[in-house]
Amino acid sequence: MRGRRWFGARKEGDEEAMAFLDRAARSLFLTELLGGLGLTLRYMFKPKVTLNYPFEKGPISPRFRGEHVLRRYPGGEERCIACKLCEAVCPALAITIEAEPRDDGSRRTTRYDIDMTKCIYCGYCQEACPVDAIVMGPNFEFSTENREELFYNKQKLLANGDRWEAEIAQNLAAEAPYR
Amino acid sequence: MAEFWSGFLLPLIIIVLKILAIVVPLLVGVAYMTYAERKIMGAMQLRQGPSIVGPFGLLQPFADGLKLFSKEHILPAGSNRVLFYMAPMLTFFLALVAWAVIPFDTGMVLADINVGILYLFAISSLGVYGIVVAGWASNSRYAFLGALRSAAQMVSYEVSMGLVIISVLLCVGSLNLTKIVEAQQTIWFAIPLLPMFVIFFISALAETNRSPFDLPEGESELVAGFMVEYSSMPFALFFLGEYANMILMSGMTSILFLGGWLPPLPFAPFTWIPGPIWFALKIALCLFVYVWVRATMPRYRYDQLMRLGWKVFLPFSLVWVVLTAGVLVTFGWLPK
Repeated sequence: MRGRRWFGARKEGDEEAMAFLDRAARSLFLTELLGGLGLTLRYMFKPKVTLNYPFEKGPISPRFRGEHVLRRYPGGEERCIACKLCEAVCPALAITIEAEPRDDGSRRTTRYDIDMTKCIYCGYCQEACPVDAIVMGPNFEFSTENREELFYNKQKLLANGDRWEAEIAQNLAAEAPYR
Repeated sequence: MAEFWSGFLLPLIIIVLKILAIVVPLLVGVAYMTYAERKIMGAMQLRQGPSIVGPFGLLQPFADGLKLFSKEHILPAGSNRVLFYMAPMLTFFLALVAWAVIPFDTGMVLADINVGILYLFAISSLGVYGIVVAGWASNSRYAFLGALRSAAQMVSYEVSMGLVIISVLLCVGSLNLTKIVEAQQTIWFAIPLLPMFVIFFISALAETNRSPFDLPEGESELVAGFMVEYSSMPFALFFLGEYANMILMSGMTSILFLGGWLPPLPFAPFTWIPGPIWFALKIALCLFVYVWVRATMPRYRYDQLMRLGWKVFLPFSLVWVVLTAGVLVTFGWLPK
């Protein structure tokens, strides 16, 4: 009925009747439903797009901003000179640094904390760092079972640096031409 | 004593064994139905489905069962305790008890009663009580709405289903399920009664609350419908009952329209395969279509559902019953 009102104005009577028949036949023989079923059946035999996550992982860019690390020089001396640029630039105020001169007269941090629950992974700390000490590594699997474990201290960050140094050095080398 | 043994105890043991022979494969079938559903829907959506627990994820149903067993169960405040626990039991019980009259092969049936199809129809209609009681006893708005929808939906679709069954019965001349299958030796009823077959299948989808007619549990509006408040084992019973009902409806479809245990063609390579296996294969085919439809169709709106039931299926099946009867009388094909 509704179809007649729509098409009636500009179509001849015969055409209108044909259109009605056409529509009736379509719904009677379930053509749309069967077409949809055909589509899903064809999809069933297509290759799956699943990435088997814990066993397979997607590629990661060298610029990927993952878990933070504090790096060391090859000799073992920590890079951070406690300039506090990262602390200043951090928009989420996630970084807390305390510093004083060490016995040998060099300036080092006594405390370097990152609250990973505050961090927004913007990467400004890494960009601000003049000595490439704080770097965001390729690791993104550092979920914990409680909140406290996400308050990283200097010891944890240095340990991360030791763990991921190889990958990070490679990524930094790959990115060096663009910096 | 001997009389007690041969007159009472032995038949009892035999019947219990027969029941176990039906129920155990059925429950395993239900478990693997959930697995197959997830696998098939996964494949149709370019996903993998369960693949971690056991080879190809084959132990997934048991892991799920174990999970449901060990969950905390919650009795909502203000619910009716007796009815709340009775509802899932009723659903599960009805889904199992209907299998008593399903013939798996010539003479392979627990109760070969002459009104088998009526019994089946009655039991599947009673299934709505489990849902209505669950919705009422939960004392929750979502559950109540789900139950109301389910009641209306099942009543609507049973009408056209009844007419479809009548047209099959006209062709057979018996209410006995074995006779119905045997009447299809020359040709399966799915071919001469194709429109009725389609209507029956769609009504069966509505009857088992399957997508696209899964309004009673439509998660986008009713969360989980009549089973919102259920958890742990009562929920598992609902789940099992629902899937057992699906298998039952598939069995009914294959008995009424797909020739039950009969092979598709009555000669050598097909007749080698025993009847129960043909029956299981036909059920599996129907179940595949259930899942296939679920992966394809979006959910109906409630008024569309009612319109389809009352304004399309009911008149159509009524006309087809008259047509079938007319053809049978005109050509003198009425069964003696």
